[in-house]
Order: sequence, then structure tokens, then C-alpha cells
Amino acid sequence: MARTLFDKLWDLHEIRPLDEGESLLAIDRVFLHERTGSIALTTMAEEGRSVRDPKRVFCTMDHIVDTFPGRGDETLMPGGTAFILATREAARNAGIQLFDIGDPRQGIMHVVSPELGIALPGLTVVCPDSHSCTLGGIGALAWGIGSTEAQHAMVTGTLRVSRPRNMRVRFTGPRPPDVTAKDMILHLIGRHGADGGSGYAVEFCGEAISDLSVEERLTLCNMAVEFSAFTGLVAPDERTIDWCRGRPYAPGPDLQQAAEAHWRELVSDPEAVYDRQIEVDARQIRPSVTWGTSPQHTVALDGQVPDPASVGNPDTRAAMERALAYMDLAPGTAMADVAIDAAFIGSCTNARLSDLRQAAHWLQGRRVAQGVRAVVVPGSSTVKREAEAEGLDRIFEAAGFEWRESGCSMCLYAGGETFGPGARVVSSTNRNFEGRQGPGTRTHLASPLTVVASACAGRLRAADWPEAVSA
Amino acid sequence: MKPIRRFEGVVAPLLRANIDTDAIIPSREMKRVSRHGLSEGLFAGWRYLDVDERRPDPEFVLNQPAFEGASILATGPNFGCGSSREHAVWALQEYGFRAILAPSFGAIFERNCFNNGVLPIRAEADALDRLLGDLGSAPGERLLTVDLENQRLAWGDGQSFAFEVPEVQREMLLNGWDPIDRTLQYGADIDAFIDSDRKQRPWVYDRG
Ligand code: SF4
Repeated sequence: MARTLFDKLWDLHEIRPLDEGESLLAIDRVFLHERTGSIALTTMAEEGRSVRDPKRVFCTMDHIVDTFPGRGDETLMPGGTAFILATREAARNAGIQLFDIGDPRQGIMHVVSPELGIALPGLTVVCPDSHSCTLGGIGALAWGIGSTEAQHAMVTGTLRVSRPRNMRVRFTGPRPPDVTAKDMILHLIGRHGADGGSGYAVEFCGEAISDLSVEERLTLCNMAVEFSAFTGLVAPDERTIDWCRGRPYAPGPDLQQAAEAHWRELVSDPEAVYDRQIEVDARQIRPSVTWGTSPQHTVALDGQVPDPASVGNPDTRAAMERALAYMDLAPGTAMADVAIDAAFIGSCTNARLSDLRQAAHWLQGRRVAQGVRAVVVPGSSTVKREAEAEGLDRIFEAAGFEWRESGCSMCLYAGGETFGPGARVVSSTNRNFEGRQGPGTRTHLASPLTVVASACAGRLRAADWPEAVSA
Repeated sequence: MKPIRRFEGVVAPLLRANIDTDAIIPSREMKRVSRHGLSEGLFAGWRYLDVDERRPDPEFVLNQPAFEGASILATGPNFGCGSSREHAVWALQEYGFRAILAPSFGAIFERNCFNNGVLPIRAEADALDRLLGDLGSAPGERLLTVDLENQRLAWGDGQSFAFEVPEVQREMLLNGWDPIDRTLQYGADIDAFIDSDRKQRPWVYDRG
């Protein structure tokens, strides 16, 4: 029977069915971070259990660790040091690989794991973190789990999973040259809702997807969870295979050929049947930004804040009114008239080398507007090093951006750093929930290109950039 | 894990759509490497007029006397979406919630509930509205019986409706089984799978 890519990945890992719709799946990699991973590791130890195969479990420090130059175990977040120390000790006791503060491989888990070849096409990868779906960009079957499930995966090498349904999202036609992967995913969620993918493993395909670089595919899949999907997937192709080759944990010379031959088979059969299909005309997509407190509150940058009064469904209307009150915006306001206080480039969505290159390229010779605080946080220590080798840090700093150490930083407010109550931030991150970047902080999600253009204009603004954006 | 079979409790309505886990327990409330001490931070952004001083907002549903001791939460679609933090379930549980009624749930949150012995019950929005409309507003009239054995919710004098929980999860909850222990019973299947997979996909286990 014809199978989808997701079906093939599922079958490859199914140890046995447990009940209708639920199976025991083999888990190839577990990746932890110091906030939720610390609890999984310490609870496991308290319960007297141990990791089945420590070589396949990894951990990094990204969520709580500060990103100031010269950082150590001390954090701005009250109590943060305890998480760092507990994680370090528990990781050592469990015998797993930790990318600690100061390690040249440290960084945001979803940036580090493909970059080091820990996540690979066809592997099942789980992390106690919802943005694990990022790794679908290279054709890994990856999804977010809780701390208890992380413990389950480490101890048994498996997880009990109820099988999601298959969805295909096809982006047809070439995307306009000024449209990034971030605009594509925001557009999809804006059109089909923050719960549009609920219950589905979503495969992205079509001309506008094959055309994306591997790093852009990671950006796209990163936000599959904002679409409420179980995960996102892009079938691995030659671009993916080239990109994975030679990475530190990728198959060595003896196994490389066999692995690559296997990866080439990881595509949906032409006659495969999907439970749901969505078509998006990529030619219609414009650079986009969020106006509210859900990723589905998306408009084009040349559009306006929508009017709740025009919406029939009372619940949707009420949610829009709440969002407008929180965001302090009036219906009908042109997005381009919205003045900002801060600009942030960072996160597992958009802080890879290609993101920083694109933003820096546009910034060259320009300046951040007076009164705007601008910060750039590389997605990993590797990205930071490579960016510095190309001189990108100097471009950012000359334009007025702060240049930081790698970590999640102000993608989320953990009690430490924030742009402050009421501050309006244009941000390359993935969540614009109330309070996500700090109590009362207002987040507008956008691409790194929109972030730099807005930072320089002092208002939300798409980058006027006639050439193709893909770096 | 404490088994769940049948219990009676006060139901509190919080009927907003897409309540995310950042709202259920804000990041800043996850202060220790522990699954305990989280109930104070539950809905902290909405529950307090002043978060630092913990000054309650009398308007918020859980601060109203009628809902004191509530153990069932009735809420909107996609409850628990967003961040995977299991702290959301731990905070709800420590506060006293044993069941959550919603038209749909965030997928990771729903699994976290099952893994901790909190019962997520899917109920259509109309059915929930009817149920909440039926219940009186006096303190004694907000009671609902959750019967997992027969998969029924019952209230008032004889009203009820059926719900469905996947069989594996239901068994796990009814017996208070630990999922890791249950899975370890399949040890032989797991070993056999890995032995054969190691031949098929050796690079998964060793770089080579
Ligand atoms: S960068 Fe943000 S979204 Fe990504 S893992 Fe860190 S906190 Fe989560």
C-alpha cells in the first residue's frame, strides 16, 4: 500500500502496537535542556532508574543560562543557578553528553542538534520541549514531550505514542523574492488557524518548499507546533543529504553511503493518501507580522490591524478584543504606523547563520532608529563563532545591535531579562503569547529581515529589498 | 500514581479558547528543579492583581467563593497548547484539579495529563455550555460526578453524558499504573527490535 513519509517513519520505528491507534515506538535520540531536562534527570535518579543507552542522550544549557558576554553559572533569573548546577550533576551521573556553558558546541537545542548531526533524516528525536518539530526540516520524526515522557524515553528507549493523522500542505508556485520561510509559516497559520494542524503530522511539499534551503526548512517546521501539529516534516533531498554530510555526530565514512541510500528512500509514495490536504499559493504570500497574541493573528506588513466587529464568531471576536487590549492597538491601524521600542533576533526559529547573514547583509551601512533597543543572540556558540569569522558581529554592532552569547535569551521570560512591561518588540521568535517575553511585553513575530528593517525605521516595516532574499 | 475511578467535585468554568501553558504556569513561576510548589503560580498572570505580592483579583473565577476547592476545570478548545512544560499539569494537580473538560487539548499537555493521573475529558463546546447552564450558581450546586469506569459525567438529578478516553489510558488511570513499569514489561520486544534495527540502521547506534 502506498505510504506517506510519515507512515514510513512510523513503520520504521514501530516495536509493537499497544492498542487501537497507539504503538510503542523506538526512540533514536533524546535531547534535554536545563529547565525541563533537569527534572527528568533528577526524577529518574530519585526513582532509582538509569538511562538505557547514554550514548544516544544529549543535553544543553539554553533556557535559563544568561546570554551576556562573560556569563557563568550566575543568572539574572532568580534561582536559575540551581537549575544549571542540578543539570550538570544529573547529566554527569547519568553518563550523558552535556554541552555546558563554555563548551564550543553549546547553544539552543534545536539549533545544536541538527548542526552537530545528532538529529539526522529518518531518526526519531524527542525533547521535553515543544519546538522539537523543528528537526522535521531535515526529515527527522521529532516531537515535543513532557518531562515524564523524557524519562520514559531515556529509561526504555521507547515511547507510547498515539498515531496522528496525515496532512499535506503544498506550497505551489515560486515565493516572491522578498518572502522568507517565516512569512510562509505565519501566512499558513494566519489562514488556517493556530489549531489548524491539530492531530496531524504535517508534511510540507511543493515547489516553494523544495526551493527552500535546509535552514529555511528548519524555520518552517519550527512553527508546526504553533499550528498545533504533532510535528512538521519536509522529505530529505540532495540538499539535506549534502547539508548533513561530515557533521560531528553524522555517520562516519564507513556508514555514510548506507545511511544516505536509506535517506533517499524517505519520501512519500506518489499515490499516498492524506487525511487532509491544504494548498497555499506561495505567489500570494507577503512579508508578514503578527498583530495580536496568537500566531494566527497574522497580517501582511502592508496591511492593517483587523476589526473584531467584522468577525461573526463571538468567541473569536472576544479573543481578538482581548488581544487588541493587550497589544494596545486599534482596529484599522496600518501595521507600518506601529512604532516599536525594541527589536530581537534570536531563538530556534531564526538565529542560524543564514538568518544572521541575511539580516546583516541588509543592515550594512544602516543604523537602528533612536530609542529602539536592538539585540541579536546567535542560535548556538558555533553560529556565533562562524558569524564572527565573517564579521557579522561588527555589522550588527556598528548598526546599534547588542551582540550576545548563545541561548534562548529573551525568546521567553523566565524571571530574568525582559524588554519591560508595555514594551513593543518586533521579534524573530515563535510565540507572541501574553507575557511570553515578560509581563506586559508586546510581541510582534516576524522574519529577521523584517526585524532589522523595523529596527532601523523605528516602526514595523518590511525590508525593501528587490533582490532574492535567500542567502 | 493515584488511581482515578469515580469522584465528585466542584466544576469551575474558564471558558477561553487557546489557553496556553505559559498562561497556566508562567515561566517565572517555575522557580525550582521540582514538580512541587507550583500551585501558587497557577494562572498567576490572571489570578493576581499584583503578582509579586500575590494580591488576588476577586474577578478571577478561582478567587470566587463559589469555586473554592474546585477539582474540575471546564475550559475552551485547545487548552494547554504551546510550551511542553509538564509544570502546567503539576500546578493544576497540586491546586486540586483532577479532571479538565475541554473541546480539545494541546497534544503534549494531554499526554502529560495522562502521565500524571489527571483526566482530560473531551467534550463538545455545546455539551459543556449545556452542562454549565444546568448547574445552579449556589456553592452546593456546582457539583459534578466524574465516573471513569463507565465514562460518564453526571450532575443534578440524573442528567449525564458519556465521554470517551482511549482504552490504554483508561486502564492506566483506573489502576494507577506507572507507564515506565508497564513499558518495561515489553523488554523482550524492545531488545529484539534493537537487535534487528542495529543491522538495518547501524549509524543510529554507532557513527562508524
Ligand atoms: S529559543 Fe525559544 S522557542 Fe526555542 S527552545 Fe528556546 S525558549 Fe523554546
